[in-house]
Amino acid sequence: MADELEVIESPSGNKIIAPDYTFGTVTDQIASVVLTKQTPIAVLGTFTVALGLLMTFMLAVGLLFGKGLGIWGLRGPTMWAWDITNFVWWVGIGHAGTLISAILLLLNQQWRNSINRFAEAMTIFAVACAGMFPILHLGRPWLMYWLFPYPNTMGIEPNFRSPLVWDVFAVSTYATVSVLFWFVGLIPDLATLRDRAQNPAFKVAYGILAMGWRGSARHWAVYETASLLLAGLATPLVLSVHTVVSFDFTVGIVPGWHSTFFPPYFVAGAIYSGFAMVLALAIPLRSLYGLKGLITDKHLDNAAKVMMATGLIVGYSYIMEAFAGWYSGNVYEEAAIWNRMTGPYAVQYWILITCNVVAPNALWFKKVRSSPIILFIWSLIVLLGMWLERFVIIVASLAQDNLPSSWRVFESTRWDWATYLGTIGLFLFLFMLFIRLLPMISIFEVRTLLPQAKVDKKESL
Amino acid sequence: MNPPIYGLMAEFDDPTALVKAARAAREKGFRKLDAYTPFPIEELSDALHLHKNKLPLLVLIGGIVGGTLGYMLQYFVTVIYYPINVGGRPLHSWPSYIIITFEMTILFAALTAVFGLLGLCGLPEPYHPTFNVPRFAMASRNRFFLCIESTDPLFEHDQTAAFLESLEPREVSEVAH
Repeated sequence: MADELEVIESPSGNKIIAPDYTFGTVTDQIASVVLTKQTPIAVLGTFTVALGLLMTFMLAVGLLFGKGLGIWGLRGPTMWAWDITNFVWWVGIGHAGTLISAILLLLNQQWRNSINRFAEAMTIFAVACAGMFPILHLGRPWLMYWLFPYPNTMGIEPNFRSPLVWDVFAVSTYATVSVLFWFVGLIPDLATLRDRAQNPAFKVAYGILAMGWRGSARHWAVYETASLLLAGLATPLVLSVHTVVSFDFTVGIVPGWHSTFFPPYFVAGAIYSGFAMVLALAIPLRSLYGLKGLITDKHLDNAAKVMMATGLIVGYSYIMEAFAGWYSGNVYEEAAIWNRMTGPYAVQYWILITCNVVAPNALWFKKVRSSPIILFIWSLIVLLGMWLERFVIIVASLAQDNLPSSWRVFESTRWDWATYLGTIGLFLFLFMLFIRLLPMISIFEVRTLLPQAKVDKKESL
Repeated sequence: MNPPIYGLMAEFDDPTALVKAARAAREKGFRKLDAYTPFPIEELSDALHLHKNKLPLLVLIGGIVGGTLGYMLQYFVTVIYYPINVGGRPLHSWPSYIIITFEMTILFAALTAVFGLLGLCGLPEPYHPTFNVPRFAMASRNRFFLCIESTDPLFEHDQTAAFLESLEPREVSEVAH
């Protein structure tokens, strides 16, 4: 059977993978997190908190089912508020995972190989959280299957001309393709865990999931084709999903929503917040599990650069938004933008400008990018900023709409908080289960990064 | 006729040795052979002539079928089954069909890619003779295996074993059925 367990705890270097690794050490280091290592106290603590929040979520949803949407702060004219804010925020976070796993694969960015697995898991769990909100917001969530076209005795069908129905198709396709892509990536690593597990129950479980994968060259050839094809399919898909999400707003004629630059603006914002979440997860994880040789400072640096670049696009969009509001000459557009900056939501607006436009400029400095602690704090700032952005777009436009007599300032209730924090609990709960049960770094893709994985052209002939 | 063993398997330390061995075996005339590695190796696919597969064609067909079904679904519902006249606008409003047509194309193509992968690889496969070799567990860690199957017309137990030994592997083992 296997050689002795080889683990490197704290290697050095600023490359995408620390030197001195071998096929064996890479395998053992990542597999040991699942198979042998003791779960760190911090992970157990997070898991406990997450479970508590998840129970809060169950309570909030139970109450919602019993009493209806009135338990949230939804009052006319603000019939979209935290729910849709949270939906857009979570879907956006998911986008970084697909960007890393698909787009960076097509661009042959090898540094993605050690962060794609958990970033994809992040995508799936974020989309799961996102999917909760439109469904809970339906009013009668138990009839959610009415969203899909199926033969029914009521003689009615969804309205395919509505962006909300497009959203159902976009998000459910996105969730399905993300899960498939993630599972295909897992198959060879599940085979590794099957071959390495000592506990017979785990051996059987991983064996069933690995489906008899044996690393055959014939299989690898098809496998590589399949990965490339899936990446090629996921790339336009991920761009389409947030575009469709932005159509939920732009197709409506609400002032502050009805503009053509929303799709690219939303996609950039999505990747911005997604990379913030990647950093917020990667920085503590690599310390807790001693994976600094695989998720190196170089990865954090690259992720911070992507975050800054997309942050600057988002900043540009804010400027364009204000400019377009003024340049349109439309009094309602102008009023909507002015109201955002100086109205009842001015505090939130200026906080989001600070978080999303001012803060990312610190990432120009290498000192900031090379300090994990600062990056961690920065990623939380960005996540907060992006949540507020969606909140301000949605609520400021609705609460002060075209008819001043119906204006009302939105006030959140404790159940808004409970539902929102509850999905954070759901997300962390699923994520902690994932890092405990599945390899959080793609083992076989990291093996290909090692210098010894290269075939010597002369020798092999 | 059921040959007594599945084949002979040689174990190598690094990808270069395996690719070299695979090339040698092909040159010798063996065709029923397979290699087992912990990660995909481009050169190995070259050596074993594995670069062509049907998956891209299947995915293309899947995508076309998905897109067509998606469009037809919307056409059927909005024009035939449940037409709604909104201010005299045309029922066949194709621009609003684009998104769902696109999503269905991607969905069907991705499903075809995954199930096509499983189908072409013959997975799930609960039993395979290679797992009878105890050291084969290392194929998913850090060892590289070449297996010449006994169904190969050139397979001759002692000579094939000698040939594999000549490739300087760590070990040559018999793969029982």
